[in-house]
Amino acid sequence: MTVELLDRKLLFVTGKGGVGKTTIAASLALLAAQQGRRTLVGEVDAKGNLADFFEVGPTAFKEREVSRNLWAMSMSTEDSLKEYLSLQLKIPLVARLGPLARTFDFVANAAPGVKEILTIGKFVWEVREHHYDLVVVDASATGHIIGQLAAPQSIQELVQVGLVRDQTDWMLDILGDPTRTGAVIVAAPEEMPVNETLELVTRLRDETVVDLAAVVANRVLPELFTRREEKIFERLPAAALAQAIGGPVQPLLDGAQLAVTLRRTRGVHLARLRRELPPEVPLLYVPYLFQRSHGARATHQVAEHLQEELT
Amino acid sequence: MAAKKNPAANTRSIEQLVAAKEIVIHCGSGGVGKTTTAAAVAAMAAVHHGGKVLVLTVDPARRLANALGLEAFGNSETQVPPAAFVKAGVEPRGELWVAMLDTKQSWDDLVTRHAPDRKTRESILANPLYQNITGRFVQSHDYIAMERLHEIHAAGTYDLIVVDTPPTRNAIDFLEAPERMADFFSSRLLRWLTVPSRSRVFSLASRPFYSVADRVLGSKFLEDIAEFFLLFQSMYDGFVERATAVNRTLEDKRTTFVVVSTLEAAPVHEAEFFIAALEQRGLHLGAVVLNKVLPSSFLEKGTTASARAMVSGAESLAGAVPASVGSPELVARVLREVGESFLNFQVVAKREADTRADLSTVPEVVATVPYFDRDITDLAGLLELGEQLWR
Repeated sequence: MTVELLDRKLLFVTGKGGVGKTTIAASLALLAAQQGRRTLVGEVDAKGNLADFFEVGPTAFKEREVSRNLWAMSMSTEDSLKEYLSLQLKIPLVARLGPLARTFDFVANAAPGVKEILTIGKFVWEVREHHYDLVVVDASATGHIIGQLAAPQSIQELVQVGLVRDQTDWMLDILGDPTRTGAVIVAAPEEMPVNETLELVTRLRDETVVDLAAVVANRVLPELFTRREEKIFERLPAAALAQAIGGPVQPLLDGAQLAVTLRRTRGVHLARLRRELPPEVPLLYVPYLFQRSHGARATHQVAEHLQEELT
Repeated sequence: MAAKKNPAANTRSIEQLVAAKEIVIHCGSGGVGKTTTAAAVAAMAAVHHGGKVLVLTVDPARRLANALGLEAFGNSETQVPPAAFVKAGVEPRGELWVAMLDTKQSWDDLVTRHAPDRKTRESILANPLYQNITGRFVQSHDYIAMERLHEIHAAGTYDLIVVDTPPTRNAIDFLEAPERMADFFSSRLLRWLTVPSRSRVFSLASRPFYSVADRVLGSKFLEDIAEFFLLFQSMYDGFVERATAVNRTLEDKRTTFVVVSTLEAAPVHEAEFFIAALEQRGLHLGAVVLNKVLPSSFLEKGTTASARAMVSGAESLAGAVPASVGSPELVARVLREVGESFLNFQVVAKREADTRADLSTVPEVVATVPYFDRDITDLAGLLELGEQLWR
């Protein structure tokens, strides 16, 4: 690794839906904050999930401190537009805009890339202004992330003059600087998430200026047995054991068999992920957590695992 | 919801549901197995019910092709080769067809269909804004998916169309897409934009928003947009009429929705949200499919005690195992591992059962699909999954 992951200033955490993107984003942010960095974590698809990972009330566009050194927010393109207008135009326009919602609809729908640039721009701006040591973005899923990260280029192609056009240069500077900005792709060790991860690696390189900082293999199941132990497992006498215990044993053996098989099928995909990723890209492993819930407890545990992987 | 249940509710299954409908739309959050589930349902229908069955996938990941014995498939409908069924050991009563939504191509087709003349059509297709909107921005997926569905259904080629919905930010986006499209083309802003520029400046330049828009985006860009929409306006009536028709297809009694979810917190949250959204819109919720559920054996009575005993008494239990199996130390280690793994998985299984109990009060049909311990790589695998769903 040329730059330590958490020493970058801006991390976009993406991945196929359902792989635990928000968990990883929350945990990376928590880890950075624990290490003493002023950290902002922002959720792009405002489903209100992020708050659950810190056990705090709903997050809003205005960031809130959720623990020491750690602030959380959720993206609202409408609020981002308001903030942008009041910062850039330096006139108290917001009050006069009145039905902003409608006008916003126009801007967002009619002008492609505007919604995307308002989303990305807010985070890049936080970096430019040095408000935080690290900004972690719980970004969009694989299907949408390219459109967002490539928005500055799209705007440049389409818009020749105007304020928005003027903003794209410094955004591209920060986005394209691998010492400052990186993407983190989260993958589950299953076939489709691995496929999408590998596709995204190529598209990031070809269609955006953002450097791939790391790939996280999430929910990696534990290896139960060595080869020798597995041979023993296969030959365990269920009936004799049930008698010795005085209770059901077959469900236990079935359960272990499922665990072994799942681990094995997933191992194939995990191996393929490592093999087909560019060798310089770090692959971080986070184990499957056998847990009651996905709250603050899980966020802390994942942060611990990430710390081990990063040292 | 309960009031809507018919007396036969308990006997209904996905098989019956699919047999009675012409369009089955699968929805749910990403990663829950929507595409695979949709393909499995379609394959089962082709095998058991017969007729022409189409599975329309909108997933850009192009995942289905291999499992269906195809190199690839695209925007046009392709038949799954009968040989793939033979290989899977079944003789289908009907045909299975697949198509993948190519957003760009579908938009182009739409423009070609609605453009009043060749000049307008070519101007639109060559317009950089048009290319950008249709090619790069995924939101345009939502509408075009529903539009394509409507088109295929109206053509009357298939007995059953099974749809896998696009990976939207928000699962209900695509339900609202036709309406949004109609709204968009009739909005005041669009009308403003397409007023000849001289009178626009005269009448509106003093209004704050337009001057802001001008400063932010630049008047040249605004003019580009205006030109684009001016071109599009010639197709306005066709578009709005079409969007209304698409909406009618979704509301039709022959259309049903299947919500797919795993029992993880986030997808369930999304599923509940979606179920509420369907009801609010008066759309038909046919079934909920719970995918990748841990087997119920993890919750069997007495297993917790057995697992604990296996962990704590591993050494003495090893005595019950013949020496030919392995050394007592190794056997004890294996037993401990088995017990511990079971207890670990049980935590998750209990959480799932809890979530499931909350969910199952909602729909008429709930199908549970256990965790598949291997990947689905061929039609036989899809049908095996289908068997689980079917009953």
